[in-house]
Amino acid sequence: MSTESAPAPQSGVAEDVKQGPRVAVSALTANLREYGLIIALIVIMLFFQYTTSGTLFKPVNLSNLVQQNSFIIVMALGMLLVIVAGYIDLSVGSVAGFIGALAAMMMVIWPLGIFSNPLVVSIVCLIVGALIGAAQGYWIAYHRIPSFIVTLAGMLIFRGICQALLGGGSSVGPLPDSFKALSSGFIPDVIGPLTLIPPTVNAAGKTIVGSGLTLHMTTVVLGLIAVLAYAYFGFRTRRKRERHGYEAEPFPLFVIKTLVGSALALFLVFQFASYRGLPVVLLVMGVLISLFVFVTKRMTIGRRIYAMGGNAKAAQLSGINTERLTLLVFINMGVLSALGGLIIAARLGQAVPAAGLGSELDVIAAVFIGGASAMGGVGQVIGAVVGGFIMGVMNNGMSIMGVNVDWQQVVKGLVLLGAVIFDVYNKNKA
Amino acid sequence: MASTILEMRDITKTFPGVKALSNVNLSVEEGEIHAVVGENGAGKSTLMKVLSGVYPSGTYEGQIIFRGQECHFKGIHDSEHIGIVIIHQELALVPMLSIAENIFLGNEHATYGVIDWDANETRTAALLKKVGLKEDPKTLITNIGVGKQQLVEIAKALSKEVKLLILDEPTASLSEKDSQALLDLLLEFKRQGMTSILISHKLNEVNRVADKVTVIRDGRTIETLPRKDISEDRIITSMVGRSLDDRYPPREPQIGEVIFEVKDWSVYHPIHAERQVIKNVNLNVRKGEVVGIAGLMGAGRTEFAMSLFGRSYGRHITGEVLLRGRPLDLSSVSRAVENRIAYVTEDRKTYGLNLIDHIKHNVTLANLSGVSSRGVIDDMREMSVANDYRKKTNIRASSVYQLTGNLSGGNQQKVVLSKWLFADPEVLILDEPTRGIDVGAKYEIYTIIARLAAEGKAIIVISSEMPELLGITDRIYVMNEGRIVGEMAASDASQEKIMRAIVRGEGKKAS
Repeated sequence: MSTESAPAPQSGVAEDVKQGPRVAVSALTANLREYGLIIALIVIMLFFQYTTSGTLFKPVNLSNLVQQNSFIIVMALGMLLVIVAGYIDLSVGSVAGFIGALAAMMMVIWPLGIFSNPLVVSIVCLIVGALIGAAQGYWIAYHRIPSFIVTLAGMLIFRGICQALLGGGSSVGPLPDSFKALSSGFIPDVIGPLTLIPPTVNAAGKTIVGSGLTLHMTTVVLGLIAVLAYAYFGFRTRRKRERHGYEAEPFPLFVIKTLVGSALALFLVFQFASYRGLPVVLLVMGVLISLFVFVTKRMTIGRRIYAMGGNAKAAQLSGINTERLTLLVFINMGVLSALGGLIIAARLGQAVPAAGLGSELDVIAAVFIGGASAMGGVGQVIGAVVGGFIMGVMNNGMSIMGVNVDWQQVVKGLVLLGAVIFDVYNKNKA
Repeated sequence: MASTILEMRDITKTFPGVKALSNVNLSVEEGEIHAVVGENGAGKSTLMKVLSGVYPSGTYEGQIIFRGQECHFKGIHDSEHIGIVIIHQELALVPMLSIAENIFLGNEHATYGVIDWDANETRTAALLKKVGLKEDPKTLITNIGVGKQQLVEIAKALSKEVKLLILDEPTASLSEKDSQALLDLLLEFKRQGMTSILISHKLNEVNRVADKVTVIRDGRTIETLPRKDISEDRIITSMVGRSLDDRYPPREPQIGEVIFEVKDWSVYHPIHAERQVIKNVNLNVRKGEVVGIAGLMGAGRTEFAMSLFGRSYGRHITGEVLLRGRPLDLSSVSRAVENRIAYVTEDRKTYGLNLIDHIKHNVTLANLSGVSSRGVIDDMREMSVANDYRKKTNIRASSVYQLTGNLSGGNQQKVVLSKWLFADPEVLILDEPTRGIDVGAKYEIYTIIARLAAEGKAIIVISSEMPELLGITDRIYVMNEGRIVGEMAASDASQEKIMRAIVRGEGKKAS
C-alpha cells in the first residue's frame, strides 16, 4: 500500500491545485537532475578556470582535456547501457589494456604483412572486443552468473593476458603515426585557415608562437552546422509536440536552454578552431554520443534495455528476449572497451602493461555521477557524458593546480559520493 | 461505556500538488476491532502512516491523541514505544533468519550486545503459542508459508507489548483457511482486551469481525458505522458514493465457434523434476466467450497459464495448443504474443509493470513494433496510443508521464490490461484480474472484459473469488491439484457446486 497514489484528479480534493504553474514547475523539477548536472559542470569549469589562472580554457589545454578523457567517455557509453540493464562490468579497464597490447603486437612485433596496417588492426581489435563481450555476456545472460563475478574474473584474466602479451613489464612501440592520429590527430582543414590577426613577428624575423589568431575553418563550419542542427531539431520537436497538443516545457525555458547550449558549444568550437582544429577523437566521440542518445531515446532496443533494468521479469513476460538483450549489451561494452583501448594506445604511442589500469572505476563513477541508478532501469547517456567530463575536468584542473595525485583521488571520491547523495535526497523529497 | 483509546482529529496531509487527507477524523474505543475501509487511493494507508509516525509530526496537520495524551511521533520507533504497532501489507520479515531472530530483531534479549538465545527462544515459543502457530522458533522464515509468516508478524507485534494493533490488508495474500484463522485470532485478542484497527478490502471479513467501520473516500471521512448498521451493501454504497445495485456489468454473450483449444497439457515442476504440476489438462474457449478457471490457491492455475504463455513456467511441457484448429507455436513469450495470445499476470508489481517507468512506456512495451518502424519509435504515435488506452481503460493519473509505481492498485491493473490490449490478442488470459483492487475499479475491469468478449475475443479468467467467476463468466472449469476436475455452464454453477467439484477431485485422488 506504500505505493498508493494520491486521490485521482476527479476526486475533488486535488481540484483546488492550479494546473498552469504546475506544468512549469514540474518541467523544471523533472529535469532538475539534468540541468543541475550541466550547471555543476559549468561551475566546476569556472572554478578551475579561476584557480588555474585561465589555463583550463586555453585552446591547447582543451584539446589535451579531450584527448586525455575521451576513452573514459567512450567506455562510459557502453557502461551506461550495462548499468541501466541492471549489471556492472569491472573488466573494461583490463580489456582496454589487453586490446592496446594486441594492437601494438600486431602493428609492431608480429610479421603480419599488410595485416599490420593500422586500419585492419583496429577492425580486428574491435571484433576481438566484441568476442570478449560475448564471452562474458554469455555466462551472465544464459547461465545467470552475477555480472560482478564474471567481469571480476574478466578483469583478472585480461590484465594477465595483457601483461603476458607484452612479455612481462616491457612496453611495445612506437606505434605508427597514422594510428596515433586516432588520439592525437586533428581533422584536416579542407576549407583552409582564415587569419583574423596576423601573428606578431619579432625583430629576428621569427613569428612568436601563440600570437595572432588563425581560425581552422573546417572546424568552424562543422561547429556552426552542429549548433544550427541542434537548435533546429529542438525547435521542430517542440512544434510537433505542440501541434499534437502535448504539454512541452515552457517556451522561455526552452529558449534559455537552447541559447546557453549553443553559446557554450560555439565558445568551445572557437577555442578549438583557434588552435589546431577539432581533435579526431572528439569527432569520434561526438558521433558515438549522438548514436547512443538516439538508440536510448528513440529505438526499441534502447527502450527494451530500460524495461529490462526496471523489471526483468515483467520485460520477459512482455515478450522481450532478455537473455539476448543482455548478451548484446555486453557485446557493445566489449566493442567500446576495445575502442577505449585503441585510443589509450594511440595517445601513449605505445602499449604498456598498465594501460587502462583502474579506469573501470572512473568509467563507473562517471555513469553514477551522471545519475544512473545502481538498481538498473535509470540513467541517461548525456548524464554519463557530463559525468565523464566532470571527472576529466577535475583531473585536468587539479593537475594544473599541482594538486597531489593522492588528494585528487580523495576529491573525486567525495564528488561521486556527493552526486549520489544529491540524487537520493532528491528522490526522497519527490 | 468503554473509553476512547485513540482519537485522530482533523488530520490533513498534503503531498506536493495533492491533498491526500482532508480533515480526517477517527475515534477508536478501547477493546474494539475498528475497520477502516475505502477504495484504493482513498487515503487509508496514508492515515495509518500518519498514525504510526512514518510521516513524522509536523508534516501533517491535526492532532493524534492516544490514551489521553497528545502524541508527536518522530518515527515508527516512537509510536511502537507507546504500544501502537502496525503490520504492513507487505511483510517485513527477513527470509533467511529464524522465527525467533525475526521476532526479536532490533529488540533482542541481550547483555552488552551478546544475545541470550535461550531467553529469546523461550519467549518466542510462548508468543507462538499465543498466536496458535506450531513451529520451532529456529525454523527459517523462508521455510514457512505466507499464512504462518503473517502469524509471525503478529507474534512480533505482541512481543512489543502492543496496545493498539493495526493490520493493513492482513489477508490479501492468504488462503481462505488462513484468513479465517487470522480473523479468529483477532477475535480472541479482542476477548483478551486488545484494540485493533483492521484495514481491508474484503467486506465479508469486515462484516464478520468489526465492531465499527469507518469509511474513507477521496481523503475524507465519510462516516463511522456502528456494529448494527454494518452490511456489505451499506459499506459499498458509502465507499463508492453511489449504490452498486449490480456488482457485475450486464452483458449479452455472443458465443461463436471454438477458437482456442488446449489438449493434453502436462507440465513438470522446474526444480523438482519428478513432480507433475499440470496433469493432462484439456480445455477450449469459444469466440466471444469468457471462461473461468476456479480453484483453491495452489491448484496449479497460474502455473498452467504461465506454462502456456511462452513456457514461462515449468519444464518437460507436453501437449498441444490450437488456434482455430491450427497448432500454435508458443515456445517463447514473443512467439505467443505474435500468435496473439496475452497473459495478464496475477502479480502486477513483480511480473506486470516496470514500476520506475511511466504509464506511456509500460503500455507499449509488449507491442513496441506497433509504435515504431525499423526499430525507431515514433514518439507522437506512442503518445496517442498511451492516451487512447488511458481513456479506454479509465486510468486515473495526472498524465501518461506518471510513474506506474505511484498509481493505486486498480490503476496499475488497468495499465497492465492496456499493455495487453494494445498487443491486440485474440486469446486473453487474465490471472486474478481484480486481486487487491477496490470495488469501483473492479467494476471497470469487468466492463472491459465484457467489452472484449463482445468484440469477439476468447477470454480465460482465473480467479479465487467464486462470486466473481459466477458473475462474469459463461463457463467455468474447476481445477484442483493440476487437474481439471469439473466443467459447468456459469448459469447452472454455484459456489457449492464448485466446492463440491474440488472436494470430489480430492476424494478421487485419496481413493
